[in-house]
Amino acid sequence: MSDMNTQAVARYRNNFLKEVEERVEDGHWVRMCMQCGVCAGSCPLGPHWEHSPQKIFMMIRAGKREEVLTSDAMWMCTSCYNCIVRCPRKLPITHIMHGLAHYSHRLGLAPKGQPTREIAKLFWDSLVKTGRVNELKFSLAMYFKDGFGQGIKNAMAMQGVGLGLVKAGRLNPMEILGGHACKDKGGIQKMIAKAQEIENRKKGLTA
Amino acid sequence: MAKKQYAFYPGCSSQKKASADNFLRSIDKVCEKLDVQLNEIPDWNCCGASIGYGEGGELPRLVLSARNLALAEQNMPGQDMVSVCPACWLASRETAERMHESQSLLAEANEALKEAGLNLKGEVKARHFVEVLIEDLGWDAMKAPVVKPLEGLKVAGYVGCQTNRPFGIAGESFENPKYLDKMVETMGAEPLTRYEQKVTCCGGALAFSEPEKAQKQIRDIVESAYDHGADMIVTPCQLCQANVEIYQSEINKKQGTKLNLPVVYYSQLMTVAYGGSAKEAGLDGQLIKAEKLEGIASK
Amino acid sequence: MADNKFAAYICSGCGIGDVLDVKAMEKIATKEGKMQVVRSHPFLCNEEGVQLIRDDIEKEGVTHVCIAACSRRAKAEAFYFPTVALSRANLREGVIWVVAEGSDHDEVRQEMAEDYVCMGCAEVKKMKLPAGNPNRAENKRILVVGGGMSGMTAALEIAETGYEAVLVEKTAALGGMAAKLLKRVPFNGAYAEAQPTGAAELAARVSAHPKIKVHLSSTVAETAGAPGRFQVKIAQESGNVAEEAVGAIVQATGFTPYDLAKLPELGGGQANVVDQAGLEALAMAANGGAIKRADGKEVKSVVFVQCAGQRGSGGNGSGQHLEYCSGHCCGTSIKQAMYFKDANPEVDTVVMYQDLRVPGMGEDFYRSAQNKGVIFTKAKVDGVTGGDTCQVRMKDLILDEEATVDADLVVLATGQVPNAGVNLDQWTEVVTAAEGGSEEAKVQKIELQKGSVLNLSYRQGPDMPQFKYGFADSHFICFPYETRRTAIYAAGPVRRPMDMFQAIEDATGAALKAIQAVENAAAGRAAHPRAWDLSFPQARLEGCTQCKRCTVECPFGAIDEDERRFPLFNESRCRRCGTCMGACPVRVISFENYSVDTVGSQVKAVNVPDEFEEKPRILILACENDAYPALDMAGIQRITYSAFVRAIPVRCLGSVNTIWITDALNSGYDGVMMMGCKKGDDYQCHFVKGSELAHYRMSKIGDTLKQLGLETERVVTHEVAITDNARVAQMINDYVAQINEIGLSPMKGFG
Repeated sequence: MSDMNTQAVARYRNNFLKEVEERVEDGHWVRMCMQCGVCAGSCPLGPHWEHSPQKIFMMIRAGKREEVLTSDAMWMCTSCYNCIVRCPRKLPITHIMHGLAHYSHRLGLAPKGQPTREIAKLFWDSLVKTGRVNELKFSLAMYFKDGFGQGIKNAMAMQGVGLGLVKAGRLNPMEILGGHACKDKGGIQKMIAKAQEIENRKKGLTA
Repeated sequence: MAKKQYAFYPGCSSQKKASADNFLRSIDKVCEKLDVQLNEIPDWNCCGASIGYGEGGELPRLVLSARNLALAEQNMPGQDMVSVCPACWLASRETAERMHESQSLLAEANEALKEAGLNLKGEVKARHFVEVLIEDLGWDAMKAPVVKPLEGLKVAGYVGCQTNRPFGIAGESFENPKYLDKMVETMGAEPLTRYEQKVTCCGGALAFSEPEKAQKQIRDIVESAYDHGADMIVTPCQLCQANVEIYQSEINKKQGTKLNLPVVYYSQLMTVAYGGSAKEAGLDGQLIKAEKLEGIASK
Repeated sequence: MADNKFAAYICSGCGIGDVLDVKAMEKIATKEGKMQVVRSHPFLCNEEGVQLIRDDIEKEGVTHVCIAACSRRAKAEAFYFPTVALSRANLREGVIWVVAEGSDHDEVRQEMAEDYVCMGCAEVKKMKLPAGNPNRAENKRILVVGGGMSGMTAALEIAETGYEAVLVEKTAALGGMAAKLLKRVPFNGAYAEAQPTGAAELAARVSAHPKIKVHLSSTVAETAGAPGRFQVKIAQESGNVAEEAVGAIVQATGFTPYDLAKLPELGGGQANVVDQAGLEALAMAANGGAIKRADGKEVKSVVFVQCAGQRGSGGNGSGQHLEYCSGHCCGTSIKQAMYFKDANPEVDTVVMYQDLRVPGMGEDFYRSAQNKGVIFTKAKVDGVTGGDTCQVRMKDLILDEEATVDADLVVLATGQVPNAGVNLDQWTEVVTAAEGGSEEAKVQKIELQKGSVLNLSYRQGPDMPQFKYGFADSHFICFPYETRRTAIYAAGPVRRPMDMFQAIEDATGAALKAIQAVENAAAGRAAHPRAWDLSFPQARLEGCTQCKRCTVECPFGAIDEDERRFPLFNESRCRRCGTCMGACPVRVISFENYSVDTVGSQVKAVNVPDEFEEKPRILILACENDAYPALDMAGIQRITYSAFVRAIPVRCLGSVNTIWITDALNSGYDGVMMMGCKKGDDYQCHFVKGSELAHYRMSKIGDTLKQLGLETERVVTHEVAITDNARVAQMINDYVAQINEIGLSPMKGFG
């Protein structure tokens, strides 16, 4: 039997669906999709992703683990929630897509260098450090994520905007020295670590 | 009438000298005129926003909001928690509802909250400031302080996503919410009710990571407002305001367009209509000056 | 017989008196209508007005009444005078509500009203009070053919309503297909779980019911007679023949699953490939436990292939097999997939569908199956191979890619094939050939007869006509249980593909229709849709040329031939549509209250202005079922149309005799519009074929027009639905414009 066929033999079995149901946020809803495609037609980034939510759900049910977890589709979510409110089956599609993105990121299967994946990580790191998000540091980190040279270029490109915001009183250059932070940073960090620990325990994931 | 009291969760973008600094100034003025007191929750933290999911898991994200709710419960007992930021509201409301519905989830959250010395009972409600205006105060109360009706101002009401979905304002449709137009009308301006891009996504956090895709959205949102003869766009959302205002110059640079349409908050319209100055309305914070509105304010 | 006395009553209420000259109409009714009593009243339908008429009937000996007021469709209860012949002139919906307002239109409005008064008077003078069917028959027992879910339900409903039922079942036990199912799809409750079929309990109730007589292992050998007096011979297994007299028949002979052997491309006939009935058998054997295949191996993975050999898919896109969707199969597969998941949630259960069709609350049932972990995949299955490991080759239509899926068992959702008996088209062909002397055809006829369900001794053939795809006749769109054989009703999957819930509903409906039919037959009335009608067709046989048009064209097979080859009317089978009257070239067929004369005299009663007045006159012959109500509705909505038209309601366009049209054209009318119901496969004609026949007849009228030297556009035929009120007004105005363009008729003044 050829490779294609070996792959096909395992297809349309429950294994991957079960994995998603157990480990992905709201993953138990995937079985309820009725394949109408309203989500696909409602997504503002529709022309840009490789797989619509409809397809992702079908791929999960068809057992296409690798293709799902390496897809960039979930990272195209703008969190506009259009799919959620329009889904006739009331699937929390946005949450499932976020959950799948997170799961593929945790497993290290998500596409490398995917820009939204990168900023999501930077955002969270910024948040965990102080309990609040520091817009300037977050922006700078974003510009420099691809290395120093590219960062200068990125920052220069948006320089006008940045200066405008500073002038308008909506970006504080002094934030680089410290800026807003929660008093109980330590408590927040411990709280997040604990939550992660509980979640890992529940979903059978190793930290 | 007694002052209405709320536990206030301002959120990261409304901090001093942050991207929505001016928004908060106008909110302060509106509250003053409407006899509403917002009591800032001590040591509140970030809600995780819509982009937190990549690195942060489900429970870590939920406990971020749970901490804010617990702080509100503890420090402002009996008060609803109010946000002015749709992302903050969405995260807080989702958490509040899920904690209220599931005892086991609440127990897990409390196990984590204990690390920060807190406990959540799960009784506090998470609300949006617009809900306070519409549901607690009402249209008549909103209209009463109007001293300078914004006559002749054509305004495209851009509701965006998260104020409208998945929760939205009670009684409004997801596809065509009408409250923002009604607020514009109540302030004496002319709402462009046939504006098609009312609930279009501005790209959200992807304005950073996928600038081209987001800017296509933004261009549609602005151009449609121009098509309807808008003097300005009004929005209830910080991220919408920032994306739609900030990137107009970028789009002009890259695509040769001449977009230059002011984008203001509903509270800025209200402040001016209530007789506030341009500064009180935070109009000095606009990248694209809302000249007509400033004109009315200075009359 | 007492002398006839004619009276006309003109109502001036509802604004009639405000815009019309009532005095002038009274004068017309007297002078031209030749009415002996003429009265007007400001509110004719109120107690006083009605009493006025009643007094004239009782005290003055009035026998014929023309009421010039509102449409015949309005105030029917108030103007109910069963002892006199009655006509209605439509001044309200037909004149004042449709003619444009204002004094500019006063003249044409008044002309229209006066014409309608004349027409009403002319009509009533030609009418007789109908006496009712002289051949009424009083047998009220009802025969039910078929002992499955539909048949048992029909019998029980009949019996519980207080009538006697006779049930004939071919096999040795009641229950039919339902008895072979482990469970059925849910009809109520949460729609989440399969439910017991209840077939055994129903069978027990039917067997024990004192008003139901059951013939098991029996078939219908002959059905003779007519509504109210059918004589049925029942052939029993023993060879004995029992006889039953009944008044009506419900045919509930169900379906047979499509033959698996015809689907080799989908693994039909191969090991471990079953149809839904086959799966039920395996599930019955497992009885709630793990389902095992024929070889005893427990099924760990199962694939359901929907639409197998259905919807023209044929499994290989060839368009062979069944063209239609059988409706129940999606729900049935969902139920069967649950058998597996309920017994063991670990069984991989995949349903491959192209369109999942779960009508009614089936959506919740579908959802419940998804909840249980059944995987639904939108896919086109290209082929199935049976064996120890079955292989399903498919294309996933969402993922747009091909794959092969292995399974221990494959279930093919094949379709329902109706057990409707003999195809009458085929029958007629064979009979014609046999009568022509073909020996082969004679043998074929005998073979065909063996497949008959009812063995009717009707000249039209041994079973009811068949609908598309061989399903038993049904007035599909408007009156689902009605067939073209009066007092014989089809119910359940023999009529159209359906599930058990629909079959039960169907059987209940058909049972009630059958009860109506026996009651109507006993009262000498017509059956649906003219169920109140006491008139019946009468033929002046001395004028008959034995052309057979009436016998052939009667949509209901009501007309046989007597030994002299004259038409023999079975009044109880007749629906009173008048298609025979429209067909008759020598005009010898008529009804007491509806005849060539009642309409013809109305056509002639219209005052046709001469050509110099430049006022065209257009005759509308409108079907009373849809087109005439649409015209009334135009009036009710105050949609205006030209005042040059004169509308006459007809029972069915099929009853239109071409003499009316030639008479109209000869007397100077400028055009004739015929308005009937939709014809064709999705007909809405209440009498099934009437509209189609009228269209056919009118397609031949061109020659007549040419002989008269007239343009073919002077006669037009339209399909009009009851909702077409705005369209019908537009149609009239367009036609008046067209006639003005062609020019007025050159026939004026010669008539």
